[in-house]
Amino acid sequence: MTTPEDHGTSSELERRPTHEPIDDPGLQSHEWRPTDVDAKLERRAELQISGMFGLATVLLVLFCVAYFTVDFDQTFLGWSAQNFALGASLGGAMLLMGAGIIQWAKKLMGDHEIVEPRHPVRSSDEDRADVMVDVNAGLNESGVGRRPMIRNSLIAAIGVLSLGPPIVMLGDLGPLPYGHTKTVWKRGMRIVNDVSGTPIKPSELEVGQLVNAEPAALFEEDEDGHRIIHGTEALQAKAKAAVILVRMRPEAITPASGRENWGVDGILCYSKICTHVGCPISLWEQQTHNVLCPCHQSTFDLADAGKVIFGPAARPLPQLPLGVDSEGYLIAMNDFTEIIAPSYPELARDQKKLDERS
Amino acid sequence: MGLVVAGGLYAAFAPKAATAQEASSRDIEAGRQLFLVGCSSCHGKNATGVTTRSGGNYGPSLIGVGAAAVDFQVGTGRMPMAQSGPQAPRKDPEYTAEETRQLAAYVASLAPGPSIPEAEYLDWRAANTEDVKEGGEFFRTNCTACHNSVGAGGALPDGRYAPTIKGVSAKHIYEAMLTGPQQMPRFSDAVITPEDKRNVIAYVKTIQEQPEYGGMAGGGYGPVVDGMYTFIVGIGALVGFAVWIGAHGARVKKQR
Repeated sequence: MTTPEDHGTSSELERRPTHEPIDDPGLQSHEWRPTDVDAKLERRAELQISGMFGLATVLLVLFCVAYFTVDFDQTFLGWSAQNFALGASLGGAMLLMGAGIIQWAKKLMGDHEIVEPRHPVRSSDEDRADVMVDVNAGLNESGVGRRPMIRNSLIAAIGVLSLGPPIVMLGDLGPLPYGHTKTVWKRGMRIVNDVSGTPIKPSELEVGQLVNAEPAALFEEDEDGHRIIHGTEALQAKAKAAVILVRMRPEAITPASGRENWGVDGILCYSKICTHVGCPISLWEQQTHNVLCPCHQSTFDLADAGKVIFGPAARPLPQLPLGVDSEGYLIAMNDFTEIIAPSYPELARDQKKLDERS
Repeated sequence: MGLVVAGGLYAAFAPKAATAQEASSRDIEAGRQLFLVGCSSCHGKNATGVTTRSGGNYGPSLIGVGAAAVDFQVGTGRMPMAQSGPQAPRKDPEYTAEETRQLAAYVASLAPGPSIPEAEYLDWRAANTEDVKEGGEFFRTNCTACHNSVGAGGALPDGRYAPTIKGVSAKHIYEAMLTGPQQMPRFSDAVITPEDKRNVIAYVKTIQEQPEYGGMAGGGYGPVVDGMYTFIVGIGALVGFAVWIGAHGARVKKQR
């Protein structure tokens, strides 16, 4: 089967049908490579390939040298000199080794053409009959046909195994999207500057000011100085409760009906999470009052109740009602009355539940 | 012209005792003369702005913008604008440092506004690693949305853009945060304190001083640009290599 045969004389080739519209041209006559017929070129190819391997060796040695001699903070053309030296020497060596192997195979390794005839995939009829005899003998001995109770109970067990446990466990892979309408905001919670956690007075904001803010609950500490909400829980709470505070000229603002008292002297507060797929947004243009989402270019007009004026988002940015506490700091008057973050199929139903609760 | 010469002469002979913070009445008067010549055609003779019939303006009112805004706009060459457009680009300043100071003194005398930051909060090299780290948190929270995580800048709608922060002086970065030029929101000293602002500047300057460990970063625009370079230059070189290998190893018909 695998013995090389001279081209054109194979018995397989002779058995081909003769009635094809175009005659089988047979195999082309073998053409020799330059390196096969010219001893000088052969020698040159040998030198070329060994030269590539030799250069690769030199580069690999240079890699080792550079590893110890080039300092971490040296630069070369504005790049890190160490990364450049290591990358160029190792990459160059591997490129040269690969190219050398390809050239070796193409130019110098043996050049005979091999014909391997194909055989039918189907087993012979005797083999097929023998297999069926074995299978039937096995079925008879196990008694699958004679003892249906055993067979059926096994089928039932396999069925329950493949359907029951996976479905039960899939339910615990993560919370379902609905039912998470609340954030950590609640009536009276102070709005604090992100990172520093300092509370904010209306007088500290100027027209055109943007503050990336968080609920004070995220910065509350117990008596040992540890954050009460911490770890994954803090990240999840932050991801839902992040807000942006902006101050505009009061006459520039067109509040939605029923939200006339949600701002303080032109200061408004909106969710920082885009209602399209939930990217955090704070790209606010103070003169146009538009906030842009960098992910898909959804644009919201914060002077016009967070209305979508461009892009794929389908809902306005949820607004947080603002107030001022007895010490003069900005507080939330309520949790969001709309569902924050990305829209999802059951949103309308959850919004209805949220409306009923408030 | 005579006024500019007068201002220049004044600048040459002005007593050095007057500090930048204490604007003398002579500074204010010199600034007013410069303003009338160079700025009043758009901002109005009393710096109250010039309103168009359609409700827009040729130049906004400068009442209350403070010395910091003038120092930023004139010091970075954004004002006077060469031509109207979506955004005033940064260019070589038209006024000398002395003239800029006088203009700032005049505008600051119109109404109270943010003043030029003190040197104490511009000395970003005094920031330690902890400060730089904190500045980085503030930067990534407040600035990255428009200016990119290393301050390389980015695009805004309608031909506007957030400019790169590379090569901008610490004073001008501070003034931009304080006064919110053009579309940029303001970040008042009460919310982002002067120390925080110093740390933000330290973060930007530190990260921009680092060599490009990732290789050719394409201006810090992120993996997409890196990938583009890799694809065009790197894959291009490999394709060229493959073509070379294919071309040299071909069989020859001419020989026996």
